[in-house]
Amino acid sequence: MSCGDTKAGSCGGGCGCASKAGAGEALNLTGGSGVDAARRFFLKSASAFTTLALAPGVTLMAFAESTPASARPADQPVSSKNRWGLLIDAGKCADGCNDCVTACSTENGWASPVKHPATDAQWIRKLTVRDPKNGSSYSLPMMCQHCAEPPCVDVCPTGASFKRADGIVLVDRHICIGCRYCMMACPYKARSFVHEPLHDQKEHAPRGKGCVESCTMCVHRVDKGETPACVEACAKAGHNAMIFGDLNDPSSEIAKRVATYRTTRIRDDLGTDPGVYYQNI
Amino acid sequence: MARITFQKLDDHSPLFWGLLALHAIVIAVGLGAVWYMEHHGHIVTGMNNAVVWGTPHVFAVFLIVAASGALNVASISSVFNRLAYKPFARLSGLLAIALLAGGLAVLVLDLGRPERLTVAMTTYNFKSIFSWNIYLYTGFFAIVAVYLFTMMDRGASKNPALNKAAGWFAFVWRLALTTGTGSIFGFLIARELYDSALMAPLFIAASFLYGLAFTVLVLFTMCRETRQALLSEEMVSSFRGLLVIFALAVLYFTIVFHLTNLYAAEHWKAEMFILRDGGIYTLLFWVGHILVGLLMPTAILLYAGTTSGKAMMSERRALTIASVLALIGGMSFMYSTIIGGQAYPLDLFPGKEVSSSFLDGQVSAYAPSLPEVLLGLAGVSIAMLIVGVALKVMPFLPKGVEYDS
Repeated sequence: MSCGDTKAGSCGGGCGCASKAGAGEALNLTGGSGVDAARRFFLKSASAFTTLALAPGVTLMAFAESTPASARPADQPVSSKNRWGLLIDAGKCADGCNDCVTACSTENGWASPVKHPATDAQWIRKLTVRDPKNGSSYSLPMMCQHCAEPPCVDVCPTGASFKRADGIVLVDRHICIGCRYCMMACPYKARSFVHEPLHDQKEHAPRGKGCVESCTMCVHRVDKGETPACVEACAKAGHNAMIFGDLNDPSSEIAKRVATYRTTRIRDDLGTDPGVYYQNI
Repeated sequence: MARITFQKLDDHSPLFWGLLALHAIVIAVGLGAVWYMEHHGHIVTGMNNAVVWGTPHVFAVFLIVAASGALNVASISSVFNRLAYKPFARLSGLLAIALLAGGLAVLVLDLGRPERLTVAMTTYNFKSIFSWNIYLYTGFFAIVAVYLFTMMDRGASKNPALNKAAGWFAFVWRLALTTGTGSIFGFLIARELYDSALMAPLFIAASFLYGLAFTVLVLFTMCRETRQALLSEEMVSSFRGLLVIFALAVLYFTIVFHLTNLYAAEHWKAEMFILRDGGIYTLLFWVGHILVGLLMPTAILLYAGTTSGKAMMSERRALTIASVLALIGGMSFMYSTIIGGQAYPLDLFPGKEVSSSFLDGQVSAYAPSLPEVLLGLAGVSIAMLIVGVALKVMPFLPKGVEYDS
């Protein structure tokens, strides 16, 4: 399956496709002579058959225990039952820490630190916000806000900008014509245009000169039941300022925290219904 | 009943061939610039991740807006039954098609992936005003072509009802087209200097002005080429009056647009940027758009109608100068609006100051690169080359105008 036909498919779109890994085993049976040998052969065969019959089930059960509950089978489409989102606690986001940005860059293959701030792609950036009246300031990571009502999707003439059923906003690089209207429409300056030829791309994050791109919420990881690279890096650094999860699942940590604490969504007044929440701003 | 005869261009002056050759060269150079930009990517342009639409869009939108306005003369003759305008209706339709072709060529050639034009023509998101515009633009070509057919075909031209119906349809369509073009900007909720329903009527008024200015200049050029006075003094006077009205209409919508923004405290900073602190954008707004593009043409045209004005210069000369000034003002308007609107930073945290490695909170730097300018000029030349060739192969120009009393 290519990434161009992913909207209703299993790939997730905007990313490379994970191929289903198949495993096969060769059974090596050795035979003997005589009744004992025949009995041994029968018993061995029966046990081997039993093993073969049961092993996949046992293996699946074992995998099921180790795979996160949110992992989606590769042949199943995404569902609107989920609304993936992020909660970012600016109070825990350390000034000067750039681990989320570096992790995103490493995971998705865009260059960081940037050499040309005006033209290089930046899927995520650290923003310093200062109140000019009292001088107080804080920093936070800014990326695609994965809006429920995304202006970038509304304006895209070809439908290359699209929103998955689970709320993740992506760019289909197969039909993006590079008109940049989505960049004009995005209130968050979340999108980048690829200004130069690219080399050494990541298999799961294909990019292309002349196309627009932005944070994919690490859709390739999310579909495997993992968390986005930025969230993982923030936790690894010990800040735990970012939480990823299903906003539609009342039992998820993100949903509980959003329901418990006062949170803010950036430019919520525009009615875009972002999937990224901020705390302590 | 008016009987009008039309002519093809056949007795060519060196000026005609010179102009055609010039336009062909400019187009060739422009295509070279496109190849250069596509090969290296937009890194060789002045555009960046904040100013994503640069000089090519200034040219493209200007030509597209002017295209709709170029149909003015035809509309006045068919829709409003002004027979005096009829001799110029064919040229008006031709110019509309040519200007639109030039503008669209620039728009398409500036895409990040121009080779995917077929995708844009076959895969639509009908919530996008861009998609609507694809229909509005292609529809405009078809409708104006039919309109021209009703004027030029021997059989069809004998049926005034047919011509009138086509004229009305084209008139409504061109209003929709310019509404769509203005709304490309008017629908952008996050851009303070665009987000307004007034963008549509402002663009419509601007289209009337720029379209008529183009028509006047082509007509006067053809007067030189044919060595005939294609326009009567009455027509020159009428065009003079129309140009004044259109310039004042643009001025009116410009004033209302900015006054509305100034009234809302949330937009003060953005307004102060474009009106006072925006450097080149402020300069182009006040000097280019307001002074050169609107006030000076109005003053010149009004003065040219007075006794002392007539003694000083002919109305034709005044009309020519005013048309050139209006077009210079039009480019200034487009540049200050399109580029200035992007250069002003997005307000992510109203009332706060923001900074980042992505240059958030800063006025974005933009300087047009040579390839961008060459592509834009090629768009103008495409339009003019189409007009030049069409005038040679088909009878678009009036020869002599005789009226039966």
